Amino acid sequence: MGCAAFARALLELADDHLILGHRLSECCGHAPILEEDLAMPNLALDLIGRARELYSRAGEVEGLGRSEDEFAYLRSEREFLNCLLVERPNRDFAHIMLRQFYFSNFMELYWLRAADSRDATVRGAAAKSVNEMKYHIRHSGEWIVRLGDGTGESARRAAEAVGELQFYIDELFIPSASAEICFETGLLPDRRSMREEWDQRVERVFTMAKLDFPEPVPALTGGRTGRHDECLGHLLAEMQHLQRVYPGAEW
Amino acid sequence: MYSQGLLKQDTAAVESEEFLAAFQDRIDAEEKIEPNDRMPAAYRKTLVRQIGQHAHSEIVGMLPEGNWITRAPTLKRKAALLAKVQDEGGHGLYLYAAAETLGVSREKMTGELLAGTAKYSSIFNYPTLSWADIGAIGWLVDGAAIMNQIPLCRCSYGPYARAMIRICREESFHQRQGFEIMTRLSQGSSEQKSMAQDALDRWWWPSLMMFGPHDAASRHSEQSMKWKIKRFTNDSLRQKFIDAIVPQAEYLQLKIPDPELKWDPERNDGAGGYAHGPIDWDEFRRVLKGQGPMARERLRARREAWETGAWVREAALAHADKRDRQRAQVA
Repeated sequence: MGCAAFARALLELADDHLILGHRLSECCGHAPILEEDLAMPNLALDLIGRARELYSRAGEVEGLGRSEDEFAYLRSEREFLNCLLVERPNRDFAHIMLRQFYFSNFMELYWLRAADSRDATVRGAAAKSVNEMKYHIRHSGEWIVRLGDGTGESARRAAEAVGELQFYIDELFIPSASAEICFETGLLPDRRSMREEWDQRVERVFTMAKLDFPEPVPALTGGRTGRHDECLGHLLAEMQHLQRVYPGAEW
Repeated sequence: MYSQGLLKQDTAAVESEEFLAAFQDRIDAEEKIEPNDRMPAAYRKTLVRQIGQHAHSEIVGMLPEGNWITRAPTLKRKAALLAKVQDEGGHGLYLYAAAETLGVSREKMTGELLAGTAKYSSIFNYPTLSWADIGAIGWLVDGAAIMNQIPLCRCSYGPYARAMIRICREESFHQRQGFEIMTRLSQGSSEQKSMAQDALDRWWWPSLMMFGPHDAASRHSEQSMKWKIKRFTNDSLRQKFIDAIVPQAEYLQLKIPDPELKWDPERNDGAGGYAHGPIDWDEFRRVLKGQGPMARERLRARREAWETGAWVREAALAHADKRDRQRAQVA
């Protein structure tokens, strides 16, 4: 049971990273400014790199010989365990940066607490990720401030993104049954414990951005049990295309 | 940009015969020409055109490969392709910066690209139809680019030469990556092999066209050679490329789509080389003029990114302006 729970909780984390990395990769070559065409792939590369490490560890823990690519390319929509926030489509640049800001703030706090995990791979991932997340927070946070306190249009779009993404915040902090076991056994941190600090961090930046902190709303959840929004199926259809059309081929 | 201080600087020279001769002497002595040096207007114009086209090619070149980032077949390939396309954006950035040292802004160059008045490499007006195209682009298109660009590391204009050193290093990595994709496909299933052959069939001739018109028809070549902006002629670089690629295609067990391709012992001053069939220059001109299969789509994608991103750039400027004013009030 312990192994199965750990493998599953690792998949939740890995899926969060891969799906967000994929969403960012969709923007490559289409950014509003050349510097962002360099920055967004950087963020995506960090996330995809971390996903690969976590999938490999999940495969080892699971013990069925599944590789990173089998996890990424050969599972169906209902088997993906990412939270709903990371699959949100790239509606506009404000959505992209706010999604990044929420996620990276959560993950930095998460990895800071994961530094004393019983699992060496998790500790290694934590050490590398903390620095990456600091950069992601800085990059996205600076944009939140520029957009929130920029022009009338950018402030309107930033506020719209806040309104749209507020439904997906709570799910970050809800541990699945597997994550709960991993917390109790000292493998992964407690997701609930980050809420207060996360709220403070976001509020601080929102104040600078002149944005209203999101009101509490009924949370949309389901990602951890494979119940996603319609948008994930399309993302996977595209991402898994070659592996599905040519089963067993080596690339 | 770091070079903004150089914009509109008056380095234009009165082009007396003595000045032109002294300038040529510096070039012949392999001295680097630097941004604040006096230089003939035509030298500056040639460089602005060439560096600008090169920068635009990097930026437009992100699109055909970007077309497969979301469909890359493994996580390793996805990360490598993403990093590669990002490198191209980086090349665009250094090249725009190099062009800015000659007094033309990135905004102006971008405006010309979007208006369709600036050229970029016609190769990017072809579609990427399968994963093998990503291999073929790395192997052939980056391969051809390297042949063209290695001599530019010794270009007489300092900032361009220095930008090219870094770019070439990254391009040669990209080429190896492309060849590795082709190797894997050519050792794969019959479907993968035919995917690889189909990609070679489609990318071969456009790659040869990347070296530009035959020497006799090349408008800018002679003067550029004299100024040591260019070191080798179009035809000699094309020959070098073909001679390098043919054995690689044999290794991959792929067939070069040219029935007239054959070994010619007379080529390369008797050292031998491959003779090739005629290049379809009508196609080259059509594609260059924006009548290629993806030309309108490429520019539309660039314009769309620029237009839908306008509010973001405006917000950044407005915010910076507010901050400056706040600081001024505090001070």
